[in-house]
Amino acid sequence: MVAEHAVWVYGEARDGRLTPSTRELISRAATLGSATVVLLGVRAEEAAENAGRHGTTAALVDPNPAYDQHLTTPAVEALCYLIRERRPHVLMFGASYHGRDVASRLAARLDCGIIANATEIERSGEDYRVTAPWGERTIATCELTFPGVRLVLFRSKAFSAEEKPSRCEVEEFQAPLSAEAKAVRIVETAEEESGGPSLSDAGVVVSGGRGLGDAESFRKVEELAQLLGGAVGASRGAVDAGWRPAADLVGQSGTTVKPSVYIACGISGAVQHMTGMKNAKVIVAINRDPDAPIFRSADLGIIGDVNKILPQLIEEVRRRKEW
Amino acid sequence: MRIVVCVKQVPDPSAVIYDIDKDTKRLVREGVPLALDPGDEVSLEQALRLSEATPDSTITVVSMGPEKATEAIRRALAMGAHEGVLVSDSQIAGSDALSTAKVLAAAISRGPYDIVYCASESSDGYTGMVPGMLAELLGLPLLSFVRHVEVQDGRITANRVIERGYQVIESSLPAVVSIWTGSDRARLPGLKGVMSAKRKPLEVLNLEELGLDPATVGESGARERVLELTDVEQRAAGIIVPDDGTGAARIADLLQKTGAV
Repeated sequence: MVAEHAVWVYGEARDGRLTPSTRELISRAATLGSATVVLLGVRAEEAAENAGRHGTTAALVDPNPAYDQHLTTPAVEALCYLIRERRPHVLMFGASYHGRDVASRLAARLDCGIIANATEIERSGEDYRVTAPWGERTIATCELTFPGVRLVLFRSKAFSAEEKPSRCEVEEFQAPLSAEAKAVRIVETAEEESGGPSLSDAGVVVSGGRGLGDAESFRKVEELAQLLGGAVGASRGAVDAGWRPAADLVGQSGTTVKPSVYIACGISGAVQHMTGMKNAKVIVAINRDPDAPIFRSADLGIIGDVNKILPQLIEEVRRRKEW
Repeated sequence: MRIVVCVKQVPDPSAVIYDIDKDTKRLVREGVPLALDPGDEVSLEQALRLSEATPDSTITVVSMGPEKATEAIRRALAMGAHEGVLVSDSQIAGSDALSTAKVLAAAISRGPYDIVYCASESSDGYTGMVPGMLAELLGLPLLSFVRHVEVQDGRITANRVIERGYQVIESSLPAVVSIWTGSDRARLPGLKGVMSAKRKPLEVLNLEELGLDPATVGESGARERVLELTDVEQRAAGIIVPDDGTGAARIADLLQKTGAV
C-alpha cells in the first residue's frame, strides 16, 4: 500500500469563484491523493466554499488584500512559507499568466525543478510521472529528480472538472509578507470583453489571421462567428496588427480552446497557435498557401483566397439556416 | 538608461517543424535554418524605442548558446543594439529553464543595468519560465506579459496583458520586463545597421569566465529527467483541396454534419 500523498493546487479565483482551470486541477488532484487547494486574496474564503464539490478535502486561505494589490511575489512568499511548514509532495499550477509567473519565480526561489506545459500526471510508486508535449510531434514523459516538492504547471483543459462532493476543511493562515513582495503594484485592472460566448468555452470558434489582410476583412470572421453562435479568435499576427484585442489570442501565449469546430481563416498555423487549438474536434482551414502548417492538422482544408471564400461561406450558412 | 535584452537563437519557426532527437532528447538544431527568436525581436524593438526616447542609453544583448548564436546577436546589433555577450560552453548543453536563467543572471550581473527585457516565452521551448526565474535570481521585480512601458524618474509603468483584458502595473527600477510576444512589430535591420553591427563589440564567455560551477547548469544541473519520448497521435489526414468555387459549400456541408449549422 502506497502512502497517501499531499497533492496541492495553487487555486485561482475570479469574482470569488474558482476559475475553470482550478476546478480541473483540483478534480485531478483528488484522484492522486489528499487534495488541498491554496487560495489567496480578499475573496479567497468565498472561493474555497465550492472547492469541496470537486473532491478537495482541505482549503488553505489567506485573505490578505496584498495578493490582490501586488503582482506575483506575495503569492510566491505565501507558497514558500506553506511548503516549508507543511511539505506537500506535489504543487499543481494552471498555465494562466499569473500561474506562470508564480510557478517560475517559486521554482527559482526553492531552486527546484518545474515541468511546464504539462498535460498529465500519474503516480508511479513513491514518485510521479508527468507528460508534456515537446517539439511539434513528440510527447515527453518526465520525472522531477530533485527532492522536495514537485512543481508542475498544466495547460488549461488538460483535465475535466468532475463533480465529486467531499467535506472540505477551510483553514485560514497568515503568511508573513516582506516589503519586497510588494514591489509591483497593480494600479488598474480593465476588461476588454469582445461579446458573444467566452472564447475558452465556445462550441464553435472562428479565428482570423494575417492572411485576411486588414481589419475590415476581419469583420467577416466576426460575422461568421456570430452566425454560428461561436466566439471570435485571433492569431498572433492579427493581434499584432491591432485587428483584435489581446484577449482574443488563441495559442500558447493566449487562450487554449477545445471547441467542437474550429475554423481558421488566413492563419498559417505556427506552433504557438497550434498548441492552443489542435485538440478541437473538427478543424477547418482556409489559406492561400498550400504548404501552410495549419493544413497538417485540418480535417478540411481549402486552398484559396480567404477574402473570397469567407463571404461565400457566410451566404451558404445563412441560406442553410433559413431552411 | 542601461538596458539589457535577453535573446535566443532558435530554429526558424517560420521554416522548421520543431522535432526532438530521440537519442539526445534535445531539440534538433543542426542542419536547420536558425533565426533570432521573433519574440526576442519584439522585445528588442521595445528596448530600442525606450533607448531612442532616453538620452545616453545603451542596449546590451545577452544570449546563451553555441558559437553559432553570435549570428543572432549580430542581427540584434544590426537592429540597433550596442553590444553583445554570448555565453557559450559545451557544458551548458541540455540546460533546463532554471539553468538557463542562472547563466543569463550571471552574465547580466557582470555590469550595471537599469532594466532587463526578455520575451515572455521562447518560440522553441515555450515553457515561459525564464523571465520569472531570472527576476528571482537577480532579486528584482518582474513586470510580465507587457505590451508597452513608460519610464519616468526611476519608476516604470507597464500595460500587462491578462486573460480578459489588461492591467496597469508599476514598480521601481531596476526591474525585469517580459514582453508579451504579440505586442509589437519589430523593425528590419537596414544596410547601415548590418554594416555597423560587424564593428560592434561582441564578447564570448565560457562558464569559467562567468564564475559558474558547471555542475549547477547544463545536463548535470537539470532538475527534470525525460524518461521517454512518444510520437503525438497524428490526426487522420484531412481533405485538403484547392478552391474550385465549391470550397465554401464543402465547409458548409461539414458544418451541417457536425451540427454547427
